[in-house]
Amino acid sequence: MLKALINQLADPIISFPIATLAFWWMIKYYRFFGSKKFGMWALIVSIPVVAWFFADPNFYLIIKTPDNVPIGILLILVCFFTWFSLHKAAVNDERIEQGLVPIEALPENREKVWSWPNLVYTELFAIIACTAFLVIWAIIFKAPLEEPANPTWAPNPAKAPWYFLGLQEMLVYFDPWMAGVVLPGLVVAGLIAIPYIDTNPKGNGYFTFMERKWAIISFLYGWLVLWVYLIIVGVFFRGPNWTFYGPFEYWDLHKVVAEYNINLSEFIWIKGLGIGMPKNLILREIFGILLTFAYVGIIPVWVAKATKIGRKFYEDMGSIRYYIFMFLFITMMSLPIKMVLRWLFSLKYIVALPEWELNL
Amino acid sequence: MAGNGIAKKVRETQVWKSIFRHGPPDNARNRAAVIAGNVFLHLHPIKLKKSGVQLGYTWCMGGLTFFIFLALTVTGLLLMFYYRPTAEYAFNDIIALREHVPLGIMREIHRWGAHAMVITVWIHMFRVFMTGSYKPPREFNWGIGVILLVLTLLLSFTGYLLPWDQLAIWAITVGSNMAKATPFMGNGGPGAMLARIGDFVMVSDKNDVRFQLLGGRFVGEPALLRFYILHCVFIPLVVGVLIAVHFWRVRKDGGISAPL
Ligand code: HEM
Repeated sequence: MLKALINQLADPIISFPIATLAFWWMIKYYRFFGSKKFGMWALIVSIPVVAWFFADPNFYLIIKTPDNVPIGILLILVCFFTWFSLHKAAVNDERIEQGLVPIEALPENREKVWSWPNLVYTELFAIIACTAFLVIWAIIFKAPLEEPANPTWAPNPAKAPWYFLGLQEMLVYFDPWMAGVVLPGLVVAGLIAIPYIDTNPKGNGYFTFMERKWAIISFLYGWLVLWVYLIIVGVFFRGPNWTFYGPFEYWDLHKVVAEYNINLSEFIWIKGLGIGMPKNLILREIFGILLTFAYVGIIPVWVAKATKIGRKFYEDMGSIRYYIFMFLFITMMSLPIKMVLRWLFSLKYIVALPEWELNL
Repeated sequence: MAGNGIAKKVRETQVWKSIFRHGPPDNARNRAAVIAGNVFLHLHPIKLKKSGVQLGYTWCMGGLTFFIFLALTVTGLLLMFYYRPTAEYAFNDIIALREHVPLGIMREIHRWGAHAMVITVWIHMFRVFMTGSYKPPREFNWGIGVILLVLTLLLSFTGYLLPWDQLAIWAITVGSNMAKATPFMGNGGPGAMLARIGDFVMVSDKNDVRFQLLGGRFVGEPALLRFYILHCVFIPLVVGVLIAVHFWRVRKDGGISAPL
């Protein structure tokens, strides 16, 4: 019963909004989520829950693949360090509110200490712990080796290495030229651009949330929800034919999911206007094209003019920084937007030009 | 720390003194000497702010990434003694490695280490972001870091093909199919249609970026050789150089970040 419910909830249609909501709460009440008390309770509750997951044969089938072990480790580390950095930020923010300096700026922490032994011994300890960890991991789990390469027989599902599964999951919503080339390219370019866009001088060299709220929200949403969460979906919830399977569901090859997605142009010309599709390609896709231009061209301007926060950003950053930031941000948000449009309207492409391999 | 008995005698031998040119690091002068006089330790400053040594601040994730990179270099070198990058031998060499090296865990350490490095690099970036350490004067070093992150993923990705099993070639097939969709440069990407002169297709599946990457139209033997060289020589060299730049800049930008 409960398992059936969880299987349902795990479907991105439901779990993605849940993840986004959870993220929003975490940010909004970061002092609560970053408290020691919450950390303790989360730990106490999660242990039996994880044990219960492991006890399920279907879940165990997926998690036991040796190549999936790193994802377990990644998840544990991401949860811990997210909590930890919120904790440190919460402590510092409270101090700043009381007019004190952040912990890192206390005189005893500014004091200079010798690298030997202070730093060198910490490193030695970290190296020994890491070596021990790797050796134990290597003894318990054999490196996998499957059948010899056979170019004529593709396994189903054929998955990329786990760290790229977020990108592979994006293929559900975008064509390869977006999911595999343009968006990852913009992720890299966007990351490099961060220090040049974020002109807020505060929060340099100590943990804080309050002093750089928007920078942290934009980054963490991309990292936790659009990157890590999508990897989880790609690894655990996508079976043969990239169909959705709940965590307790058996990967049955014959599960068929009927999906009829239609393009924006079909919506408008056929369903809306009832006059059929025009022959001219540009005319046919004109609504999608205009919409796309409006999305990247008009929204940033409108936000800067009409909203308080937008005006503040624009004034702080200047026009070039502001536009680059908005472009990167709305490109990032195009993923969740496209997901929601797919789920609500079965929308396939906003601009559908298969003739030019140009689908958006 | 000065020691007595045997330890002291050993310290006074000519051999010891020729290796360690300073006394035990229990006073200021020697603590400086031990860091400055050792080529590996001199990556560190002699003294640094206390906030920067604390595990709670750096999480030691950059340091561990570097350590794992070194561990991967060593284990990878050992694996190279057993492995030939051809379609005929690759898979069997891995089997042989398994069978002929009793209790061998080099392949395991190499594989799990590769996963671990991807994870530590991500967490390192996460930490650097959360402490705002990309802000001036460290903007450039953050950029170097992003390139290192991409190269780490590519290292892992190119290594994934080498066992030459089903997992390997299909994961790489899925991944490299993306290159086909590169705008203007991939045969199946937007814009490729436009690049033709009459009947002559300029961006075909025999010359697009995917072909260049794989040395063929599918993941075959030329791809194996390419990935092998990228994985064992080219990318590690570039990563090594960039790590040197990264560390140099950590020092030149004023050491580990701290409140201004
Ligand atoms: C192969 C990958 C990498 C290695 C070996 C590496 C290594 C290190 C080390 C050892 C430090 C010293 C402090 C610490 O341990 O945190 C450091 C600092 C730093 N790293 Fe990396 N790093 C890598 C990737 C990255 C990435 C992906 C980024 C960001 C996108 C980055 C940005 C920085 C910055 C800005 C600093 C200065 C931090 C400060 O002063 O607080 N690095 N790195």
